[in-house]
Amino acid sequence: MDHQITLTFEQEQVLQKIKHFLPAQGPLKDFIHHNTLHAFQQLPFFEGIRKASRIFGYKVSLSLSEFRGLFRSGRIHSDVLKHIVAEQKGGENLDQWMNKMLHQPYNSSASSRIGALRAKWKGLYHIDLDGEVQPGLFRILCSYLDQGISIWAFPKAELGLISAIRYLEHKSFTSFFRTKRAKQLLLSNQVEISSLLTILVGDRPELFEQYLFDQQFSHQGWSGIVSSIESDPTLLMDTRKVSLKDLITLELLLEIDALDRSFPNGWEPLGAKLRHRPQRLFDPVILHELDEVLALWQQAFEWTYFDQVLAGISAVHYVEPSSGQLSFQAMFCIDDRECSLRRYLERLDQSCRTFGTPGFFGVDAFYQPEHGKFYSKICPAPVQPVHLIKELNAGKQPKHQRDLVYHKRSHSFLEAWVMSQTLGFVSAFKLFQNIFKPSANPAMASSFKHMHPDAYLTVKYDTKFHDENDLQIGYRVEEMAFRVKSVLRSIGLVDHFAPIVYVIGHGASSVNNPHFAAYDCGACSGKAGSVNARAFCQMANDPDVRNLLSRDGIFIPDETQFVGGLHDTTRDDIVFYDEQALSTIQYQQHEQNKISFNEALDMNAKERSRRLVSIDTSLRASQVHEKIRERSVSIFEPRPELNHATNTLCVVGRRHISKGVFLDRRSFLNSYDYTLDPEGDALFNILKAATPVCGGINLEYYFSRTDNQKFGAGSKLPHNVMGLIGVANGIDGDLRPGLPQQMIEIHDPLRLLFIVEQKPEIVLKTIQRTPELYHWYLNEWVLLVVHDAECNTFFRFNSGGFVPYHPLQKSVPILLNLEDLLVKEPENLPVYLIPS
Amino acid sequence: MTMENLLELFILIPLLGCFISWLIPSNNEQAISIVAYWTSLIQLLLAAGFTLFWILDRSATLHAKEWVLYRTAGYEFYIDLMFDSITAVYLLMGAFLSFLISIYSRYYLHRESGYKRFFNHILLFFFGYNLIVFAGNMETLFIGWEVLGLASFLLIAFYRDRYLPVKNALKVFSIYRIGDVGLILAMWMSHHLWHENISFIKLSQYELVHHQLQQHSAIGIFISLMILVAAAAKSAQFPFTSWLPRAMEGPTPSTAIFYGALSVHMGVFLLLRTHPFWEHQVSIRFLIAILGLATTLLATGSARVQSSIKSQIAYASTAQIGLIFIEVSLGFTTLALIHFAGNAFLRSYQLLVSPSIVSYLIREQFYHFVPHKKTIEHYFPEKVRNTLYVWSLKEWNVDFYLREWLWSPLKKVGDQLNGLTISTVLWGSILLWGVALILYHFEAALPSTIKTILPELIGFTGLILVLKSFTERKNTVLSWLLVSMNHMWVALAVTVNSHFYLDHILLYLSGVLLCGGLGLAALAYLGKQERNISLTQFHGHSYEHPRLAAVFLICSLGLIGFPITPTFIGEDLVFSHIEEDQALLAIFIAVSFIVDSLAVMRIYSRVFLGPHSKTYHEVAHRSA
Repeated sequence: MDHQITLTFEQEQVLQKIKHFLPAQGPLKDFIHHNTLHAFQQLPFFEGIRKASRIFGYKVSLSLSEFRGLFRSGRIHSDVLKHIVAEQKGGENLDQWMNKMLHQPYNSSASSRIGALRAKWKGLYHIDLDGEVQPGLFRILCSYLDQGISIWAFPKAELGLISAIRYLEHKSFTSFFRTKRAKQLLLSNQVEISSLLTILVGDRPELFEQYLFDQQFSHQGWSGIVSSIESDPTLLMDTRKVSLKDLITLELLLEIDALDRSFPNGWEPLGAKLRHRPQRLFDPVILHELDEVLALWQQAFEWTYFDQVLAGISAVHYVEPSSGQLSFQAMFCIDDRECSLRRYLERLDQSCRTFGTPGFFGVDAFYQPEHGKFYSKICPAPVQPVHLIKELNAGKQPKHQRDLVYHKRSHSFLEAWVMSQTLGFVSAFKLFQNIFKPSANPAMASSFKHMHPDAYLTVKYDTKFHDENDLQIGYRVEEMAFRVKSVLRSIGLVDHFAPIVYVIGHGASSVNNPHFAAYDCGACSGKAGSVNARAFCQMANDPDVRNLLSRDGIFIPDETQFVGGLHDTTRDDIVFYDEQALSTIQYQQHEQNKISFNEALDMNAKERSRRLVSIDTSLRASQVHEKIRERSVSIFEPRPELNHATNTLCVVGRRHISKGVFLDRRSFLNSYDYTLDPEGDALFNILKAATPVCGGINLEYYFSRTDNQKFGAGSKLPHNVMGLIGVANGIDGDLRPGLPQQMIEIHDPLRLLFIVEQKPEIVLKTIQRTPELYHWYLNEWVLLVVHDAECNTFFRFNSGGFVPYHPLQKSVPILLNLEDLLVKEPENLPVYLIPS
Repeated sequence: MTMENLLELFILIPLLGCFISWLIPSNNEQAISIVAYWTSLIQLLLAAGFTLFWILDRSATLHAKEWVLYRTAGYEFYIDLMFDSITAVYLLMGAFLSFLISIYSRYYLHRESGYKRFFNHILLFFFGYNLIVFAGNMETLFIGWEVLGLASFLLIAFYRDRYLPVKNALKVFSIYRIGDVGLILAMWMSHHLWHENISFIKLSQYELVHHQLQQHSAIGIFISLMILVAAAAKSAQFPFTSWLPRAMEGPTPSTAIFYGALSVHMGVFLLLRTHPFWEHQVSIRFLIAILGLATTLLATGSARVQSSIKSQIAYASTAQIGLIFIEVSLGFTTLALIHFAGNAFLRSYQLLVSPSIVSYLIREQFYHFVPHKKTIEHYFPEKVRNTLYVWSLKEWNVDFYLREWLWSPLKKVGDQLNGLTISTVLWGSILLWGVALILYHFEAALPSTIKTILPELIGFTGLILVLKSFTERKNTVLSWLLVSMNHMWVALAVTVNSHFYLDHILLYLSGVLLCGGLGLAALAYLGKQERNISLTQFHGHSYEHPRLAAVFLICSLGLIGFPITPTFIGEDLVFSHIEEDQALLAIFIAVSFIVDSLAVMRIYSRVFLGPHSKTYHEVAHRSA
């Protein structure tokens, strides 16, 4: 029998397969956006989401009625829809298909295969097995993984989940189990998943895989976090040995326990009572007509906007920039939230230039703040840094201030007896103050706390530093030069340096927000970009580095100084670092520039406020800005900012192709000068990083929006923090990975369109360099259009090749009064041309 | 105008706020929040002014007999209000916190579907709360008590399209109802003790109480015990502790104000209010202290091992309430009031800022991490330590035993009647009623033993049938019918018991007939529309039929004697016809009222709440 099991139930393989499909989100402190349906990414987009929907019951697009509503309100254009239908279904079938699109009724109820097998417990045995097992299981698991909420931690957690429970069963007078068999199985030390499954399901190994899938996907949040931690134990500061295998073993034991308790006279395994086997999870998925209709609508929705964007770009005429003196250059993150700030800076100061590059600025390192007990990764998640930057002399002001309200002593009855009668009344006052006059508090997540502005950073390697944990402290000169050169080359900033080049990272601040890490810079692994910005400037200002750079043809004049800064995207505040290093002249210029920055920040705040109903956008920009700042410290505000909501574009090219087009903060902007990159090397580096990062952000928003209940975290309002690693509803609920409703409610689920300024043949060769990169485009999880600047034509990437694309929209309106528009229109704005 | 005349304002303002809020269209967020804002602000200002004036003006206890709702020979049902220092503290706390929460929620709830529902429930809660704290007699307090229970149910089930909130709302509701049995029985017995609906102010007359209790010490103990059950259930004391963390399913501000601050301290209020009655019963005081101490110790254990922030605060809070119980039992009323206020402020604030715990503790850990930190438990012997850990984690198995000893036996009785159909129930009942009425008619000829046990027998039959209703797994209409008919059994039992007048019966059954019939029609209509409305699963039909759901909820409330129809006075009247030596009959009827309400809320939940059975839109996982 055993032999047969090994033949048909390959435990390791099945566990790997389950892990592949589980949510891959880590604990809250490092929130990294990724494609929620990463498991289906090897399939073409529409096929992948269809499969996911049919197997797991996810809602993977807007509903038919939502699409039809968008059409009626004009947000999906009839021309675009007809064009897409004709293109894909043939011109001769246009009328027939348009009828299907607009009028034919369909049954749009979702059915799923997951859970059908285990549903038989209820159907055949009348037992609510999940109801019996899950609350206890979640409580044990959460207590075991807990990072510091509980006062009395799980005993012997270092042994591993199953061993720790076994220890407790041995060394106590009680038990987690209520019946004997489950406990004995656990203590026998030979508890194997397959033998437990044989008890539960019977001698039918062909059902085991499906049973385990059903079981783990009935609480995919907890299973997902276990699987993530198993893959990377460093995700937790207080590490835990845990594996999906342990979780499944425990759950199977608890199931046996519950069945033994409910049926004291014995019970037959599930497989013995099962007459018809439920459909296999991974049987082929049939294409329904409704799937096709939804796919057509999705594309029409996407191209209604994309067509406008391309029409806008083609309408912008390239004017050679005047060769006068530049006031400054500024590098920002490619983040869509910087899109409008750059627009305002350029409007206020015609002689400045702005650039976009991933916000870690090539500084791939771990960072350790002074007194910090751990390292934080401050570069994109897939990169494994070998350098460490330490913060020294950060001053006396501690980054961690205490607040007794959060103190665990308030949970211990004697101390609490005193505290509730003292601190209790202080709380009343604090609550009052927090409601009528919100201000910063010790629990807030502030991007400015990431690094002390005057601290010393160990950016440059020094022989007196010794490696720590195999990490080199600081960079050697040639390492620095390489990083500076790569960044400058990739954005096309290799000459005509202005007196000041700003390098502005970004971060966010919020209070009362467990998802705080999702708001910071994605390119810095969910941290603020201040260390990176400052480190990059120190590198670029280093005379030895400049010396090396000049050998590569990049001459940075002595009159040019790089100045780091951090933009808090929630508060719309910027701090600049190392201003004392500026010369007197530079300092005066800097003071001048700051005026533009401050004004741009006010206006940016005003533009953002149109999406936030509680702020009156018609107020003066500086007044609106004050309200935006107040909002960032208001404990009752579940939307400190709207983060990446509405993102749908990524422009890779010179600034002037996007500068004249109003993109409504919906675009990632990566600067790239194709004239400097005939082979596509720089482009490859850009796309290699930007595709998964921006694509991941976009798809996480996409899926959290289409099914906020199953992909997303639902409403934030009832969330309860579990073990500091995740949120759940109430105390007995499953973890809720994904984005909460308040982050995605204004998001339109459109895939990301990359617009690359280059020759199509170069781009094709570039994206084909690695299969991982190529599959993003080939399977259309992100879309791609190439803009050939020399002939001002577009080529759309389609099934492995490029076809010319001519925008359907022939003229693009000119944006005459933005301020008016901001006050009047709370929804997404169409594309306009910005008069220069 | 005397100060007494003003008391009714504190009831009418929240009630008015409730009504106005109901009338506002649900998309008008601005207007909805403004109503809640002004209702609580006016109440707060008025309360502050009134209290100040009252303090300056001798601080004498105020008392006003407000409205007589029903009067008949030897029986009077009236709303009675009073004001003393206990009222003052609870009033100010309630108004202050409600005011802050109304501002907080105005922004926090923005764009949430159910914005209006939320504020309506908050105002409903606010009304019930004020009715309790101003109540001058048990009957008035009980009305507020019922309103509070309903508001709690609705707020816990605020996310009515998910499984867990609905399940937990039912759980909390059923614990509350256990407390209500206590209150009903306490009211019944005190009718007989005082021969009237006695006001709390009379209870504080030492000679009067002392005199009565000396003659009827057993009755006194019984009443006190029942009050204690009600207080313990409402304040999450042992063995009812575990409902409190499970009530934390609604939006955080409602959780904070209800379960952090106001609702959970109502048990303390009940004890303070009835203090003059039981303060001379040493055994009761001892029991209160023991209960408080047990809760404090057990809840502290649970609080120490909780790994989710809200349940940690819940257990820590209930441990403090245990201490307050001890303080009350020792007679430290002022200390208890201060402790209540402090605990309420602290826990509601902690709950409101609970999402901040991640950024706060993660940062603390980042800078101060010490692996394997030792706690006090380290000094316990290993086996004892581990046992305590597992018990604390399993919440001392209290839930398990409640289920095993209370709910399972009830369900088993109900299950004996599997196979009942609508027609057998209808014809069987008519037959039995006929027999009973005939027996009653020939009463004089009956042997006295039959005569005495007949009411109990009828009451018991009613109880069995309503248990069947509670455990019915499929037929919704059958379950509803059984509940409606239970009231007929009760009416019959009481008629047989003593000469019950037709007008009393009509008063009692009026709401039942109206609401029962209307509810039946609603179910029939829905059944025709949706085909499947069986009790086997949650259907979530409120998604497509929100108005019908509201109508059905009102019917349900009418059917269970909620103070919207005369039935609720009728229920009180029914008890006045049960003699003090008929504890069994009183218990049968009290329990059947409670099971009635559980069965009805179960029907409402299964049919209208929970994950929607149709999947053309987003539906959450069951475990979510």
